[in-house]
Amino acid sequence: MFEYVWLIPLFPLIGFAINGLLGKKIKNEKIIGGLGTVMVVCSFIVSALILLQLLGLPGEERHFEKTLFTWIQSGNFKADIGFLIDPLSVIMLMVVTGVGSLIHLYSIGYMHGEEGFYRYFAYLNLFTFSMLLLVLGNNLLLMFVGWEGVGLCSYLLIGYYFHKKSAGDAGKKAFVVNRIGDFGFLLGIFTLFWYFGTKFNVWTINFHELALQSHLLSTEATFGVITLVTLFFFIGATGKSAQIPLYTWLPDAMEGPTPVSALIHAATMVTAGVYMIARMNFLYIKAPQTLMVVAIVGAATAIFAATIGTAQNDIKRVLAYSTVSQLGYMFLAMGVGAFTAGIFHLMTHAFFKACLFLGSGSVIHGMHYALHHADHHEHCAHAADVDPQDMRNMGGLRKQMPWTFLTFLLATIAIAGIPGFAGFFSKDEILWQAFANPLHGDLNYVLWGLGAVAAGLTAFYMFRLVFMTFFGESRLIPEAKKHLHESHIVIVLPLVVLAILSVVGGWIGLPKLIGERLGNIPNYFEHFLEPVFANGHVAAAEGAHLSATLEWGLMGTSVLIAVVGISIAYALYIIAPTVPARFVARFPRLYQLVYNKWYVDEIYDFLFVNPCKAFGNFLWKGFDVVVVDGLVNGTAFVVKNTGGGMRYLQTGLVHNYAMTMVLGVVVIVGVYIFR
Amino acid sequence: MDSIFFYIVAATAVISGILVVGCKNPINSALSLIMTFFSLATLYVMLDAPFMAAIQVIVYAGAIMVLIVFVIMLLNIRIESGKRYMHTRVMGAILGAVVLIETLYVIMRPASQNLTGGKGPVDAAMVLNVGHTELIGRALFTDYLLPFEITSILLLVAIVGAVLLAKRKV
Amino acid sequence: MIAIHHYLILSAILFAIGTVGVLVRKNAIVIFMCIELMLNAVNLTFIALSNHLGKLDGQIFVFFVMTVAAAEAAVGLALMIAFFNNKESIEVEDFNLMKQ
Repeated sequence: MFEYVWLIPLFPLIGFAINGLLGKKIKNEKIIGGLGTVMVVCSFIVSALILLQLLGLPGEERHFEKTLFTWIQSGNFKADIGFLIDPLSVIMLMVVTGVGSLIHLYSIGYMHGEEGFYRYFAYLNLFTFSMLLLVLGNNLLLMFVGWEGVGLCSYLLIGYYFHKKSAGDAGKKAFVVNRIGDFGFLLGIFTLFWYFGTKFNVWTINFHELALQSHLLSTEATFGVITLVTLFFFIGATGKSAQIPLYTWLPDAMEGPTPVSALIHAATMVTAGVYMIARMNFLYIKAPQTLMVVAIVGAATAIFAATIGTAQNDIKRVLAYSTVSQLGYMFLAMGVGAFTAGIFHLMTHAFFKACLFLGSGSVIHGMHYALHHADHHEHCAHAADVDPQDMRNMGGLRKQMPWTFLTFLLATIAIAGIPGFAGFFSKDEILWQAFANPLHGDLNYVLWGLGAVAAGLTAFYMFRLVFMTFFGESRLIPEAKKHLHESHIVIVLPLVVLAILSVVGGWIGLPKLIGERLGNIPNYFEHFLEPVFANGHVAAAEGAHLSATLEWGLMGTSVLIAVVGISIAYALYIIAPTVPARFVARFPRLYQLVYNKWYVDEIYDFLFVNPCKAFGNFLWKGFDVVVVDGLVNGTAFVVKNTGGGMRYLQTGLVHNYAMTMVLGVVVIVGVYIFR
Repeated sequence: MDSIFFYIVAATAVISGILVVGCKNPINSALSLIMTFFSLATLYVMLDAPFMAAIQVIVYAGAIMVLIVFVIMLLNIRIESGKRYMHTRVMGAILGAVVLIETLYVIMRPASQNLTGGKGPVDAAMVLNVGHTELIGRALFTDYLLPFEITSILLLVAIVGAVLLAKRKV
Repeated sequence: MIAIHHYLILSAILFAIGTVGVLVRKNAIVIFMCIELMLNAVNLTFIALSNHLGKLDGQIFVFFVMTVAAAEAAVGLALMIAFFNNKESIEVEDFNLMKQ
């Protein structure tokens, strides 16, 4: 089956080609959506077969590369179109194709009746193709192609409702901010290639070869080339994965259709940065300073985004900041050398965050439908003004949308970190590694503390969301309320599947401590990924020097913090719903600060955007108009006047031409013979 | 004897050439040109090229000049009308003089005094024995066959062009 | 036997006369005839040198020049007729469409 790995990206590409080229003619939504979905499901089946075959092999043989052909060959530089299969890429494959097919299925229901239905599915398939290329590429350049491809699709899909200015702007913002990160990625590739080539005469960008040669590098205690390279790559990761300082595009990206937010901006694309760092773990482990930067940025992002999430009222924005925060956890895991834990969290997060987004999509869909009916059939005047995404207009939805509510609740419990659910295992693993890793000394306590507080905040704002949306009294206008009902089966089915995964998905990565208690169940996930992170083992020393009691204690603490977060949310939004308003009235400054996202966008506008605009204006009015246009118009002026003068040489009289011709002959012959 | 004859013929050619340029009436010019052609044909005979002399008379003096005279008469052009510009004449005379000086210099300069080249097989005796027409014919249909055929295409194109241009309406 | 230079000088003189004619005359047909004169001057050179060198190549060239002259006469005179039909004139100064 390994030989057929190229089929995996090929299927979505075919879907993109057919839907993109012929979709406008086909028109039938069932065919378009069905085709798009089936193609991704085919990829999923191939991926699953590959996973099964991989599981049948002993650990050290779980590596396979399928090179289709040489793409670029120039001197020492060589890039193949080749696909890499190892445990890490297979896990990503399963997440991308699995969650991807569910979201494709969901989209058929969600996008029903939208203008440009075919365009949506073409982009979605193109995205899947690019993401699979990113995951499967066996060298840095091919990964970069996928990296750019997903960025492009993200831009296209954020701006899907391009007639809305805010959507177009959000797309552009995402694109531009990602450019900054991509620049770092490219610099990283160049520097790495150059450094390995000139220093060790190893001219390669192939991951496996790089990993094999990484023993040549020595761990850099001070700032060195490898630190620089890894920092460059990390800049790339911050752009794509929405970390401080480049996270601002992700909340705006919620302008896109909700399934897009679920697939691209929660489950897959934004985790590309985490995947990339995990893929390059052999480099990062040689640069402890970079790891420290990664850990600090990750932890800071986790808590920073969580604080913003507590004050947002738009259901999707809360989820967006939650995504940023959870991505911060993954980077925290990377930064403390716990690559396995990071990838584990990536996977569980893909399950519950996709479920949450799709659930919110189901709610928005229902709200939108209800308001639309109220507007058109009941002639309720202000129904059109009600924002279907604002949680202040919701409440009590659990009666009308029981399935959505149930799945949403399960996913929320998972993200909050209640024991037994998927999020608990992965998040707890990260927190434990942050505490116990031998890399960062005393900084560990700070990292753990930030992570734990962020976990509490996460539990708080997620349950705030659930309580505001599904509990309490309905705040929706009565005309619209009677039109609320549960969504269609193709919307509910993916929700159910993802909710089940959110519940049980964590059990494949049981912590050692719990596994031993339950009768020696090993940590399958860690065991599976072991070959990939063989070089990273120095760091993941499992904190063996710390006692089991401490680990139990930390685990209990994080659970306690989560429970406290939930309780506060319950107290504030169910028992005493007036308290938040009083709180806001008491501390208006603080509320405004958090509500306006700490004014980061405004600060960026002031520091970067406006100077850039001013500079652009200067180039336009100063340089372009005066210098460039001056040159162009000046050239035209000179040519015109020269031509005007020369015009008189062309008398139009045949005699003069004959005379000139003879003169020319005479001169030429004269020069020739008298020379 | 030869020289005297040559000088007479050459003088005729030059004088009639000057008349071509000098006559105001195009018919006179045309007749002078025919005279020049005949002089040149005579010189061709002196140069052992009787066939060339023959076609000079037949094609040039016969066909082309008849056509020209025909056109002149058809258009009924008598004398040139309009004013003549002095500076044109002066410039023309100067340029013509320069052309003459340059060509004469090329001919008379020391390097041109012994024009030897590779002496070929054709001489007066061969022309007498084999016949000039046959010699030309052999050359045309062996070594120069392709150019000869292309000439026919050229003539065909010229015919088509002439018909197209001279017709009043297409 | 006449020296080759005599022929060449005669040819040069005829060529110069033809050049002057082309430059000073205004009647297009006369100009045309002057061009024929120049062509013939060149033909004389060819034949004289062909005789001098004992090869036929020069005479073959003259043959082709005559063909081209014939084609030129056919097309050129047709042009003149067409022009005359339009302008009622054959003066080259009236060939001035480019001037307008």
